[in-house]
Amino acid sequence: MGIQCKNITFGYSKDNILFENISFSVDYGERVGIVAKSGFGKSTLAKIIAGYEKPIYGEITVDGKPVSKKGYNPIQLIYQHPEKAINPMWRMEKVLLEGNVLNDYIIENLGIKREWLKRYSTELSGGELQRFSVARALCENTKFIIADEITTMLDAVTQSQIWHFLISECEKRNIGMIIVTHNMYLAEKICTRIINLEDMTFE
Amino acid sequence: MNRRRKTIFLICFTILIIFAVFVGGAIIPETALKADFAVKNTAPSLNHIFGTDWMGRDMFLRTIKGMSTSIMIGMASSIISVIIAVLLGTLAGTLSKYTDNVVCWLIDFVMGIPHIVLLMLISFALGRGFKGVFIGIAITHWTSLARIVRGEVIQIKNEQYIKISRKMGKSSFYIMKNHIIPFVFPQAIVGGILLFPHAILHEASITFLGFGLSPESPAIGIILSESMKYILTGYWWLAFFPGLMLVIIVILFDILGENIKSLIDPYTSQE
Repeated sequence: MGIQCKNITFGYSKDNILFENISFSVDYGERVGIVAKSGFGKSTLAKIIAGYEKPIYGEITVDGKPVSKKGYNPIQLIYQHPEKAINPMWRMEKVLLEGNVLNDYIIENLGIKREWLKRYSTELSGGELQRFSVARALCENTKFIIADEITTMLDAVTQSQIWHFLISECEKRNIGMIIVTHNMYLAEKICTRIINLEDMTFE
Repeated sequence: MNRRRKTIFLICFTILIIFAVFVGGAIIPETALKADFAVKNTAPSLNHIFGTDWMGRDMFLRTIKGMSTSIMIGMASSIISVIIAVLLGTLAGTLSKYTDNVVCWLIDFVMGIPHIVLLMLISFALGRGFKGVFIGIAITHWTSLARIVRGEVIQIKNEQYIKISRKMGKSSFYIMKNHIIPFVFPQAIVGGILLFPHAILHEASITFLGFGLSPESPAIGIILSESMKYILTGYWWLAFFPGLMLVIIVILFDILGENIKSLIDPYTSQE
């Protein structure tokens, strides 16, 4: 079944509609790329699916049931800016502890160095922080991951490291992914299916 | 010596002086302040470094004892103010719009009355003396700090990492304890220390105006208001040294607050 998005319409007020009637579904183990030009509302759509924003019309269901507001959300969103997504007053190990993923397997496979765990987020670079954001989303209750431009500001080596681990992990655990990007080459390389929101054509 | 070490040194130094004045004042016995008319109105000398007053009492000992009372009132009322401010500020920031309105109204209400008038009213209504001053100062200083705390809570509530925490199924209590309180706490501590000088000055001023501590008690306000009667006759030391002492203590607290702030603020603490 997976995620079903039905007729999602969103705008910040009723006479200022950003996008209308977007419907698609994402199955377990799939990697769906969402592509549109800047300002279309890709990130907003990602937030709606992950439950951070409420759409004006339409609904999102997982396995046919709407997502409950309380408790662990099976759809986890990884943000574009890791420095905003991590509490600057915490040591990094607490960040992993919050996501319940402080284990050797994730730390080693994401290339997180042991000494980073004792540092604060201001003492790490963007690429290093993004590894923590990715790690945090990989709790065992996660069924879907939305990656909102997660590697846009990283160098090629770090990008490929993060994607390799994320893809192999999602395939292993049968996690569905929604990949929001404006980089068509990246989308074609890693996605199993691409949705272009601008004309809602399905490839 | 780098800046961090210098800051820590400065903090320790100010705490030491304040503590010395506080403890020193507390252990001076009442007998040391007995009237001795043989040495009345003497100018500052090695025996009496602040001089003596019209009853021959040593002004240095009186000043230290008065400062000690002031520090105690300041300390207790800052702690009470911080508690009220954090409580009301967090409630206003996290609960409903209605609570927010009530708290904001309360802040505006207390702030709207001229502070010194409010202090006099409360002190007078409670029968003046130590109790009146203490309660008056404790329950009128929290407003600006509560407003700061409320602003901080509202700001941090919309941070991405708190929203993520919610989506990871964390309870409001977990978020309050791990995200919000650690963020607000340093601001509240610094705010509390910076309330100190206000509390001390207000204590001294309402005592000076005659609405505060009783005339027998050794308080800076009493000393200053008494010395006003003698200053025209040329006994300048009666007002000068206690006044200077008051200013020094107030400045020390200011330095302490500013330095602790720069130490615990994550953006300046590593410099």
